[in-house]
Amino acid sequence: MTTPETILTLLDQVKDPEIPVLSLVDLGVITHVEVIEELVHVEMTPTFVGCPAMDIMKQEVIDVLQKNGWTSKVEINFRQPWSSDKISEKGKIALKKFGLAPPPGDAAIIADIDFLEHVPCPRCNSLNTELKNPFGPTLCRSIHYCRSCRETFEQFKPVG
Amino acid sequence: MNNEALKELLYKMADDLLILGHRNSEWTGMGPLLEEDIAFSSMAQDKIGQSLALYQLLHQLGEQEPDTVAFMRHARLFHNCLLTELPNAEYDFSLIRHFLFDTADALRWKSLTQSSYTPLAQLAGKVRGELRYHTLHANTWIKRLGSATDESISRLQQSLNELMPYALGIFEPSPFEEELIKRNIFEGERHLQAQWLLGIESVLNATELRLPDLKSLTPAYGGRVGKHSLHLQPLLDEMSEVFKLDPTAEW
Repeated sequence: MTTPETILTLLDQVKDPEIPVLSLVDLGVITHVEVIEELVHVEMTPTFVGCPAMDIMKQEVIDVLQKNGWTSKVEINFRQPWSSDKISEKGKIALKKFGLAPPPGDAAIIADIDFLEHVPCPRCNSLNTELKNPFGPTLCRSIHYCRSCRETFEQFKPVG
Repeated sequence: MNNEALKELLYKMADDLLILGHRNSEWTGMGPLLEEDIAFSSMAQDKIGQSLALYQLLHQLGEQEPDTVAFMRHARLFHNCLLTELPNAEYDFSLIRHFLFDTADALRWKSLTQSSYTPLAQLAGKVRGELRYHTLHANTWIKRLGSATDESISRLQQSLNELMPYALGIFEPSPFEEELIKRNIFEGERHLQAQWLLGIESVLNATELRLPDLKSLTPAYGGRVGKHSLHLQPLLDEMSEVFKLDPTAEW
């Protein structure tokens, strides 16, 4: 008897191609897993609609399952749209270790630019930071500067 | 079920996003500041990704593959409003267009979260959050430059005067307005335009900029029915140049 948890453990090996410390499970883009008559059904959703890494992630899911003896059907949809709140606590810790500030708690209540100011620096935890650009090197990151350690850093953007 | 009304809605939205996304991408490497270069490039990527998602919905309704639809159509088969196809010109012009279009687009997607067409409502739930960054960007710069120097104010005012008739063209009524409203697919262009006006007024009121008298303007219609300016076909030729070298290539 295979439970979705067994499959999720396997999928934990698949990392975000742009953030190799973060698994797709911790990123929150795997929205549904079901095993029906030996076929694994996986549903995924992108962090941003225009995310160019989606096809690669989908293929990696198929490959990892195949390596472990599973045939799978992977569907990308927006049934449960991604928000930055879907990143697990383990994922947030991994992001910070990687040098990326994790998104703050509740993305849905974020209303204006204030939410991007004073993001805690992932290196020295200072709040004496400023937003340099709400758009960064990938769709899901913003650029900030820490006045305490005088380093530029990026945040995984809050999206509700 | 007859899907002509729904398809028309999806096509005009997708074409707006593809064409404006392409115009935004023309700022890559050309922005007045590095940050603006990155901002317009990121918004381009978002918009083209959103257009792809809409072309995929159309494909599910029986239309051709997204790449074929995006790259192989002639200008007269595009439904984007004229506002989106105008050349970028100076930064103030692009900024005003970004502000006028994205305010409307954010409201359109917000309303579509309630659409009776579930795949569109689900997509809207996602896109809506992304667009916050676009309107945040537009509003921040309009407020900053709209109250800064004589030059920044007069440049923005001139672009606002020039682009306002085109912005009204976003809301060119569809032949399917009543059907879309009746079937709860979309609230309709007239309602959207009224909300849009409130939205842009509230930002402009925080600046030295003045909204032109709308009654004296003739909306620049035509884009929704394929009557485009001379600027669209050259854009399409450039955008599809590589694709057309070998339309069957695997990328």
